[in-house]
Amino acid sequence: MRCFRRLPSIAALILLVAATSAQVTADTTFITLASTTSTDQSGLFRHLTPKFTERTGIEVRVVAVGTGQAFAIGRRGDADALLVHHRAGEDEFVAAGYGTERRDVMYNDFVLVGPRSDPAGVTGTQSIQDALARIAESESAFASRGDDSGTHRKELQLWAMADIAPAGRWYRQLGSGMGPTLNTAAAMDAYVLTDRGTWLSFGNRQNLIIVFEGDESLFNPYGSIPLNPERFEWVKADLAQQWHEWLVGEEGQAAIAEYHIDGEPLFFPMNTGAPSRVE
Amino acid sequence: MNSHDPFTLALSLILSGDPGLFGIIQLSLQVSLSAVLVASLIGLPLGAAIALFRFPGRGLVITLLNALMGLPPVVAGLLVYLSLSRAGPLGQFGLLFTPTAMVIAQTLLVLPIIAALTRQAIEDLWEEYREQLQSMGSGRVRAIPTLLWDARITLTTAVLAGFGRASAEVGAVLIVGGNIEGVTRVMTTAIALETSKGDLPLALALGLVLLALVAAVNAVAYLLGQASRRHMQ
Amino acid sequence: MSGLPLASVPDPVLELRNVSFMRSGKVLLDHGNLMLTQQGRTIIIGPNGAGKSLLMRLAHGLLEPSSGTIVCRHNGSGTPRQAMVFQRPVLLRRSSLANVTHALALRGVPRRIRRNQAEQALARFGLTHLAQRPARILSGGEQQRLALARAWALEPDILFLDEPSSALDPAATKAVEDAVNVFFRKGTKIVMTTHDLGQARRLADEVVFMCCGRILERTPAATFFDTPTTVAAAAFLRGELVLAPWESPTPLTTNG
Ligand SMILES: Nc1ncnc2c1ncn2[C@@H]1O[C@H](COP(=O)(O)OP(=O)(O)O)[C@@H](O)[C@H]1O
Ligand SMILES: [Mg+2]
Repeated sequence: MRCFRRLPSIAALILLVAATSAQVTADTTFITLASTTSTDQSGLFRHLTPKFTERTGIEVRVVAVGTGQAFAIGRRGDADALLVHHRAGEDEFVAAGYGTERRDVMYNDFVLVGPRSDPAGVTGTQSIQDALARIAESESAFASRGDDSGTHRKELQLWAMADIAPAGRWYRQLGSGMGPTLNTAAAMDAYVLTDRGTWLSFGNRQNLIIVFEGDESLFNPYGSIPLNPERFEWVKADLAQQWHEWLVGEEGQAAIAEYHIDGEPLFFPMNTGAPSRVE
Repeated sequence: MNSHDPFTLALSLILSGDPGLFGIIQLSLQVSLSAVLVASLIGLPLGAAIALFRFPGRGLVITLLNALMGLPPVVAGLLVYLSLSRAGPLGQFGLLFTPTAMVIAQTLLVLPIIAALTRQAIEDLWEEYREQLQSMGSGRVRAIPTLLWDARITLTTAVLAGFGRASAEVGAVLIVGGNIEGVTRVMTTAIALETSKGDLPLALALGLVLLALVAAVNAVAYLLGQASRRHMQ
Repeated sequence: MSGLPLASVPDPVLELRNVSFMRSGKVLLDHGNLMLTQQGRTIIIGPNGAGKSLLMRLAHGLLEPSSGTIVCRHNGSGTPRQAMVFQRPVLLRRSSLANVTHALALRGVPRRIRRNQAEQALARFGLTHLAQRPARILSGGEQQRLALARAWALEPDILFLDEPSSALDPAATKAVEDAVNVFFRKGTKIVMTTHDLGQARRLADEVVFMCCGRILERTPAATFFDTPTTVAAAAFLRGELVLAPWESPTPLTTNG
């Protein structure tokens, strides 16, 4: 009976020790990188960051969120660097003084994915505007991210270029990430715009295939931005700068180029050497 | 589409002894159990105190506590995020995107459950015990440990309900932990991640592992309860 | 007015002076005056709803009187230790032994001697073999004996018992009555209510008769059962229905 009375306190003690041990192990040199889910889910970071850590001893902790949230994390100084793909937002971010500079790192592209049966007859069209127009005309189901992410913003821009204001029962705003949107599109045989990286690593394709790709306007550049230590005195500016330079440097660029899924490259290095500074 | 059946996959995941998976399981348990521990240390006496004492605004506190049982995890996560963010009031501690932040967020989720259920249980028991305890010279403060111990079976259920909520939620830990691989990735965020990657069988298999984990914790609690019940009704 | 002129006695241990208790506009105890001495077993009787339990709770300090004062004295000056046994025993969800040690802990008895004292109390009422048994699964009689053992461990100067055997069978009732006498022989003041006139006859040294929220008389047992002072008590003893004064054509307080 005595020992049963003590059980709760023993259990509590064990828990406390367990809880504190979790903190002790977190005592390494690291930076926090805010990036987008699509980038993370492509598997690129698993390929990239160990190489960087091996070179510098700096661990990269990736917080993968929506583009909008990544900028929000950056604006509060809760990361050390960003790797995102929304050019206008990136320029604005640097211009507002949140980041020191923005540099091109790599690009991938968006693809239009749809049901194998292709009810809108998109296959063989000459431009993405044309492809979107056919979907709108035939009122074939189209799944939109609807979450103000980089991909969503890109999609809206493409509709605008095609002079279409998508609306109606066929145009479904899901308000979710790339993966969930693909899951939903697969379930309802809808067309959907996705970045190639997510598509290639996506497991639940069902009837979906790429129905349109290769248009120049589907180009999707990624930028790296270290946070500005003048604005956020706590950021690990030195470490973040090392990461930033490694990414656009020879070693980082080579590492990006050699990342393939099923024999296909996902990202193409694009370092021009010159930082794209916004004054 | 992956052709694995989730049950077989779940089993082989466990049997494979994959260190990544075990790290995630360990962190899940650590975070949720710590949150439940902290929430219990605060919530049990707090709930008992609300049950025993009359003060202005008591009804409001009870209503609020009951309502907070339904606090959406995302909202809890957001509140903790804004507090722990470098730009927030507790920013200087640099706790964002750490397991500690996840413990804090889950504590916020679990505390109302434990406090509210404790309040209810202790109030009922106090109704029964009040005269006897007063007769033996026990004040209200002194009655708190007595009542907590005597309500232990009900309170175990309350604590387990709290653990269930903590281990099942994804919204809060995702926001404040960031789902960083090897650092803040837990079962639920891993499941959400695999789902969004379209690896539904793996997601489901992880879900089964989580279920088994929660069941195991409940079984341990049940056995401890049985053992103590045999000795003291 | 129901205030009775009480014979002045030496060494009052408990005194109620003009004590009233009101709830939601109803007077539940009306200017009660009562003086109890350390000696003897005081049995409170009266019809249902007379206010017997209420009187006990007021005397024991579980309720605050609306007006009037309650004075407790012991050996002239100190505060007497009190304990109370309720109609339905309230036992903690622990072992029998732990129920007693808990009461000792509340009284401030040092931890190292609690167990020993508790075991002695259990032994005194023949409960040693049930010491480790969960108190809540004991029979009704055993539970009440445990409640008495718990009170015993507290070594009270006054023991209040509110219909302690009303829910028990004859054997268990006998055990309770024996226990009461164990306290009595040790010098504990007994204040007990009962609705069982036989029990009152067996135990009482003096009888307090209550009716309708009023203390009508306090009379030595020897005279009470033969010649009660009040009409109401006489009617009660004859087994007649005793009505409230506003329902009854005859006055309560004068005999004849
Ligand atoms: N705390 C209380 N609040 C309101 N009414 C009470 C309270 N305690 C007792 N009463 C009422 O006082 C009257 C006397 O009750 P009680 O003392 O239990 O009678 P009895 O003589 O049968 O023990 C009853 O009418 C009861 O309803
Ligand atoms: Mg009564």
